[in-house]
Amino acid sequence: MNRPAADVFAAQAMQYIPRLRRYARALTGDASAADDLVQDALERALVKRSLWREGTDLRAWLFTVMHNVFVNQVRSAAVSRTVQLDDAMADRPQPQSTDRLEIRDLDAALQALPEEQRAVVLLVGLEQMTYDEAARVLEVPIGTVMSRLSRGRERLRRLMQGLPETVPLKVVK
Amino acid sequence: MSTQPVTEAELQAYVDGQLPAARAAEVAQHLAQHEEDAQRVAAYRRQNETLRTAYDPLLAAAVPARLRPGTPRGWWAPVQPLLRHYAIAAALTAVSGIAGWHMHATVAGERIQTVYLARVAAVAHAVYSPEVRHPVEVGADQEEHLVRWLSKRLGAGLKIPHLAAQGYALVGGRLLPGERGPAAQFMYQDMKGQRLTLYVRVSKEAREQTAFRFAQENKVGVFYWLDGRLGYALSGETDRAELLRVADAVYRQLNP
Repeated sequence: MNRPAADVFAAQAMQYIPRLRRYARALTGDASAADDLVQDALERALVKRSLWREGTDLRAWLFTVMHNVFVNQVRSAAVSRTVQLDDAMADRPQPQSTDRLEIRDLDAALQALPEEQRAVVLLVGLEQMTYDEAARVLEVPIGTVMSRLSRGRERLRRLMQGLPETVPLKVVK
Repeated sequence: MSTQPVTEAELQAYVDGQLPAARAAEVAQHLAQHEEDAQRVAAYRRQNETLRTAYDPLLAAAVPARLRPGTPRGWWAPVQPLLRHYAIAAALTAVSGIAGWHMHATVAGERIQTVYLARVAAVAHAVYSPEVRHPVEVGADQEEHLVRWLSKRLGAGLKIPHLAAQGYALVGGRLLPGERGPAAQFMYQDMKGQRLTLYVRVSKEAREQTAFRFAQENKVGVFYWLDGRLGYALSGETDRAELLRVADAVYRQLNP
């Protein structure tokens, strides 16, 4: 039996809480929803800690647990929180040059991405995971990570720059 | 030129710095000739930067009570009784890799933070003390500027101890990211080039003073202590007695 003692596990998990909060905030677009998500994820991780092998990357494992909690929440939500792109951006001011406006636009534009693209853009761009790590966290093949990343970033760029909706991208190899 | 055509995946990897250097150079050449791709790459890099500007403050923000230890109904409530007294020692040793330290604090969270102080100080020492060309951001020749700058960034009046009597000259200092905000590192060097670093971080709330505690992280020894809002850690690859002698001098200068 490989189950680490609860206190050992909790103390180790603690160092990743700020990172989990950062990712959750960007993922959910809402500060209190983000902390709910982190708390749910930590509770679940504590219960399921025997599935984590001591000595392996705890950060990646915690992100995996949190991602699964997030996906379940999104699926079970009566009304999907994914907003239509046009609606989300329609009454927004055009992006201006100051950082603050750009950040606000980014926050809104992120929420306009499909969850699976948003997650990849954030794991890679914000959490700075390698593609391989992101693939393991999301439990998808690396090719899927690459195509979601490519589509997500392009969509984000178009939203932020007020460009027309997507053009077909080159085939990802 | 007969390089392989650049794929979409490689453009992404270029943005994230995940391409081997040789291939990255080829992609850079491709971008010089393909304006549209270059614009996309620039926009994606800007996205990464904006993401970090937007959300990185959460890394330094205080963790809400319900996510912290010591909370009656927090996520690790079932664990809580175990966190009392010395049961946590095993946990912290596992976290930090630090052995041979003592603790007398009463709150688990505070213990963890204090151990982190030694841990991050030791890591910062290991990273910067071998630096030949850029050991510090601001040199000892601008000591006044250094102390003003770091005091401002940490939000507390810092003092730089002078350790000439102990045989160490100030090299300078730098700003570092700490667990909960900016931290400072001052570097000293003796005649033989042996370096010590003093790591300083500030807490929001004043904590009680603590005695010196010692931690050993690989080759780096650390004496650390709390003094009101300030936490100090003196690190060096010297023997413990020597480090204690200097730590004592630092403490006396900071608390005349």
